[in-house]
Amino acid sequence: MSDIVLTDTFKKPLGFHVAVAAAAGAFAGIFIGAAQGSSLLGIVVGALLMGALSFLAIEVLGRSAEKAVRWGILAMFALGGFLFGGLPGLVMGLLFGWFFGWFIYWIGFNRYRAKLVPYLTSGQVLWYYAFRVICGAIFVFLITPIIVVMPLSFNAEDFFTFTPEMLRFDPEGYSLKHYRDFLTNDDWQQALWNSVRIAPAATILSVGFGTLAAIGLSQPHVPFRRAIMAILISPMIVPLIISAAGMYFFYSRIGLQGTYMGVVLAHAVLGIPFVIITVTATLVGFDRSLTRAAANMGADPVTTFFRVQMPLIMPGVISGALFAFITSFDEVVVVLFVGSAGQKTLPWQMFIGLREQISPTILAVATILVVISIGLLTVVEMLRRRSERLRGMSPG
Amino acid sequence: MTDATHDTTARGKPGPMLAADGTPLKRSLARALRMQKIRALLLIAPLLLFVLVTFIAPIADMLFRSVENDIVANTLPDTVEELASWDGASGETPSEAVYQALYFDLFIAAEAKEHTKLGTRLNYEQTGISSLFRSTGRNLDDLGKDYQKTLKKIDKSWDDGAFWYALMSGEGGEEVLESHRLQYMQLIGQSPRSIISRVWCVIRGIFYKACPTALEDIDLNFTPSAEAAQMLPATVAAYSDFAVFTVLADGDVVAEEDPWEAVYAAFAQDLNTSGTVDKIQSYSGPGQAELLAVTENLADLPAPDFKTTFLDIDKDWGKIENWQTIKIYSPKYTSGYFLNSVDLMKTPEGIDARPENQRIYLKLFKRTLFMSLVITGSCILLGYPVAWILANLPARKANLLMILVLLPFWTSLLVRTSAWKIMLQQQGVINDTLVWLGLVADGNRLVMINNQFGTIVAMTHILLPFMILPMYSVMQTIPPTYLRAAKSLGATNWTAFWRVYFLQTVPGIGAGSILVFILSIGYYITPEIVGGTTGTFISNRIAYHISSSLNWGLAAALGTILLGVVLLLYWAYDRIVGIDNVKLG
Repeated sequence: MSDIVLTDTFKKPLGFHVAVAAAAGAFAGIFIGAAQGSSLLGIVVGALLMGALSFLAIEVLGRSAEKAVRWGILAMFALGGFLFGGLPGLVMGLLFGWFFGWFIYWIGFNRYRAKLVPYLTSGQVLWYYAFRVICGAIFVFLITPIIVVMPLSFNAEDFFTFTPEMLRFDPEGYSLKHYRDFLTNDDWQQALWNSVRIAPAATILSVGFGTLAAIGLSQPHVPFRRAIMAILISPMIVPLIISAAGMYFFYSRIGLQGTYMGVVLAHAVLGIPFVIITVTATLVGFDRSLTRAAANMGADPVTTFFRVQMPLIMPGVISGALFAFITSFDEVVVVLFVGSAGQKTLPWQMFIGLREQISPTILAVATILVVISIGLLTVVEMLRRRSERLRGMSPG
Repeated sequence: MTDATHDTTARGKPGPMLAADGTPLKRSLARALRMQKIRALLLIAPLLLFVLVTFIAPIADMLFRSVENDIVANTLPDTVEELASWDGASGETPSEAVYQALYFDLFIAAEAKEHTKLGTRLNYEQTGISSLFRSTGRNLDDLGKDYQKTLKKIDKSWDDGAFWYALMSGEGGEEVLESHRLQYMQLIGQSPRSIISRVWCVIRGIFYKACPTALEDIDLNFTPSAEAAQMLPATVAAYSDFAVFTVLADGDVVAEEDPWEAVYAAFAQDLNTSGTVDKIQSYSGPGQAELLAVTENLADLPAPDFKTTFLDIDKDWGKIENWQTIKIYSPKYTSGYFLNSVDLMKTPEGIDARPENQRIYLKLFKRTLFMSLVITGSCILLGYPVAWILANLPARKANLLMILVLLPFWTSLLVRTSAWKIMLQQQGVINDTLVWLGLVADGNRLVMINNQFGTIVAMTHILLPFMILPMYSVMQTIPPTYLRAAKSLGATNWTAFWRVYFLQTVPGIGAGSILVFILSIGYYITPEIVGGTTGTFISNRIAYHISSSLNWGLAAALGTILLGVVLLLYWAYDRIVGIDNVKLG
């Protein structure tokens, strides 16, 4: 796919590629210049430098010397960066050098049109790339907060921001002390233990009840199906604070408030919609003639369920279970009200830490949680594909 | 259905078609269908029951609490009854009978320490009542103490618990006692055990441990005498209160305890009622001699003046507003919490707006709606391009980019909120970067947290996947050929997009918007952490009323309004998208 060339590449006129490269250089120069003290100087130097490089690379050296020129630009930027800003400067220089080396040729030889149909106007091409840049920016917005937490959790200081030592890649600036704190602090350990005690119990409850009900709901004739579905999905829709308030009032009445059982029940009911949704989704594509075939061959309903139906809906059940687990594991509002100090879970401890800003141990915990979510996401994704394969759909 | 076959022997002959076992096919099919329905319902029943008990019942309880207001009637039952005939708009304080009822109601309430709760409750409506109740509760003993001293002087036996017990005990007064037991149970907020809870207690007794004996089943070891009740009604009533409290609250024996001061005040009240002296003179029973001795010294026992007593304790008892508040909030159910939630209040003249400085909830509701709309809007703006590019890229690349959407979706809410706190704060990553780039002066760092901006940015990030996923699933089904067809028919890029593509994505936008709006309108954690004071939602106020101000009724009313809005949207979502079509990932 990527090798298809829809529009021929050719050398662009001198004025175009020098101007574009100079503009890009000026744009980068704003930031570098500002960081060094003068934006104006940065713009001028950036524009001149990039314009000259573009002229040199495209007009003088040409396509044949591309590899050498790009390495040269990379080395030049890296060296410049290192002289200006030490180790961080070197990294920035390498990035800039790689980018501009590629950019000059991409613009200069019309490569940006290679994968586009030939009849597009320049405006359309510009929009095409602008749109991609916008999307890229949104993806950056989505992912940056999660990425930023990770290096900060290795901070040697008790700060919530990058220290100069960290930016210099000085080993002194990094440490595992927040992780050590997490592993040795009684509060955190108790919270972890509580989370580990509550989430699986809640998951088992919601998966047990939820799977049965989902099977019931996917039968062909269910009276009041819509109303029942609305009730079963409602824990996901009703704002958590309202569920929490109601449960707090009601569970205090019947003596469940502040007990382990109360928190487990509350979390189980919050996880149920996820189980219902994932399991019914697997059952939608379920071929009913399979159970009939099994019955035809003499299997009783129990055998049919365990040997035919169960293996087929298993991926749905497991991903429902993971959803239910993560719901309970991440939940904080309900446990805040329904639980007491004895049921303080990991998110609760984090919430206290954030509100009173006590220690960056939160960041270490956050990193661990992100790693866990990556693991869960991978499992769910694999299960989804497996389920689609089992049901004879193409993965996609 | 599978066992129903055509009855071949019946073919060609008139009459119903028969199944293999000889029953008419129609009935056989109906039975099979019924069996199927029952089986489906049996599979669903456990979960439905579970959700009803652990989730729907709490919600119903919250709805109930938003109108429930029995604390006034439970704490001051007789006062409320007497107050019914008082005209709040008359400008006069209530009659002596009201103050008298208040004295005895408040006496037992103060002993049970329930009067402060009532004070707190009424304080939500009228500032100052809380301290009024508190101070009054401390000083109610004085009135009875004076009578106690005088009586002791007349005869030593009046200071003796056993003597009182003998005087009050007898037969036929069960009704009086039981009505006071019920009043006491209401006072401490307990109702008689229902049949359901009795059954539950039996089950619990078998598997875990037995329930404590129900208050209504405890033997008080005291029966008021009907004769004494006829002669000294107020005294027997006060003594019954005392007896109930002694056994149920203190766990003591009535006969061994000296009666409390209210009994003496009631006794003085009875003595000064016309006809009592005659009844005493014709009385023959325990304590006859002592009673006769008292009638001879009646001059030393003037009738208690309850109104003056209360005004002496606190002159605020003469304030009409306080009495108006008690009267307005005496019914068992009130719309007061709801009125409060929309910045109105009850006055004797009807419903009125709250003073300017107390109007916060409408503002808060408006802010919640406004910010939820802004968040939904920014989610649409940011989500649309991403969903488009995911739906139009080749599958391999799209799957890779999809991870960038799903990872935040799977990451703990608190992790994302803390990440935004770190990024947005004044010494945070964004400000540091801007300062390093020289775009912002070091002394002039941007304030991006603890305000609306912080809440909007963080919540947009958190809810964005909920917008992208439904949009993506709709866009995936739109064939790219439509756009090309539109263009080849002469449409400009914009027309082709707007009139052909965009219209087809509207269901996705609708689904995502309702989902995001529902989720954001009830958000609590993120506004609490990054919202400061100006970026908080109605949920934060609800949480505040539950855990800090303890005004549960108001919290429930605010919650009910919020729930109403959400359910309305939920219904709309169901109509537009269908709940079955919710997809996760």
